[in-house]
Amino acid sequence: MRLFSDALIPLVIVSIICFGLVKGVDVFSEFLEGAKRGFGIVLDITPPLIALIFAINTLRQSGGLETLCSLLSPITEFLGIPQQLTPLAILSPISGSGSLSMLEAILKDVGPDSFLGRCACVMMGSTETTFYTMTIYYGSIGIKKTRHTLPCALCADLTSFILSPVMVSLFF
Amino acid sequence: MMQYIWPLMVVFSLLAAAVTGNMGNLSSSIIGSGTEAINLAIRLAGMLCFWNGIVNIAEKSELTKSLCKLLSPILKILFPKLQDSATKEAIAMNMTANLLGLDNAATPLGLEAMKRLQRLDPSDKASDNMVRFVVINTACLHIVPTTVALLRQQHGSSSPTEILLPALCTSICSISVGLLTTFLLKRLFK
Repeated sequence: MRLFSDALIPLVIVSIICFGLVKGVDVFSEFLEGAKRGFGIVLDITPPLIALIFAINTLRQSGGLETLCSLLSPITEFLGIPQQLTPLAILSPISGSGSLSMLEAILKDVGPDSFLGRCACVMMGSTETTFYTMTIYYGSIGIKKTRHTLPCALCADLTSFILSPVMVSLFF
Repeated sequence: MMQYIWPLMVVFSLLAAAVTGNMGNLSSSIIGSGTEAINLAIRLAGMLCFWNGIVNIAEKSELTKSLCKLLSPILKILFPKLQDSATKEAIAMNMTANLLGLDNAATPLGLEAMKRLQRLDPSDKASDNMVRFVVINTACLHIVPTTVALLRQQHGSSSPTEILLPALCTSICSISVGLLTTFLLKRLFK
């Protein structure tokens, strides 16, 4: 198992490069071309990161986050979601930068190899920003009646939140 | 949406700090947060550029197209009534980009697919196929969750990629639940 996950990234990368070689692609210049475009993405995500790290830091340092988590604890306890992960679960359907900043804060607090740290990572790795995706996809073609999209997408998100701790206890 | 949530977070924090007496902590965290954000962005930058470079090779060598072909039996199950092959191809390309963790490439491909789906079924209401396609996109099926693995490595994890399999299993379950509900709920929302 450990061997599999350790080998996956190197394997994917080597296969992509070899496939390119076989197809006669100039792999080095194409790599540079793509890497250059990566800077554009970095520039795009930096302003929202500044905004959200600020907001999340204020929530954490003011004690507001603890208040919020304990207010919501009856619901999260019922669902089996660890209390410290509640803010991540709330933010992840709404904002990608928000959940990224929150994950960073959680990993700093509890460490990446703890139960909670692993749960947070699995949660983050298995959810996408639902509201953002819906807005862009339907907005682009002018659809206002989205029918059952939101309830279905939120059911999927909720499944991830509930299953993350379960999967972590199963795997580790 | 963030237009309301962001100010709400800040105002709520200020009130909470006033009640709990954490004003000093609050003030110093505000001063440091910009630096922290730039730090995080720089730490992510190298990996983002690297991964983009690798995937550019995959695109130029048409590996993405070959992956699309592998997806076509799955598409037949997910979109049984969809006949138009250009639409199917756009959907497959979007799913491939998502699998490789390329949100920025996936979005334009997804929008193209939406446009084609609307042409097949012109209306201001979402069609069953659209709902299913958007639900697949809102759940996230990444083979390699690079960002999460990178953050784990930087916080000193002994095995940054160990969450890969549990995350994949969780995604598969959540996508299945999402799709199942699209079948169950489609009659309720005409």
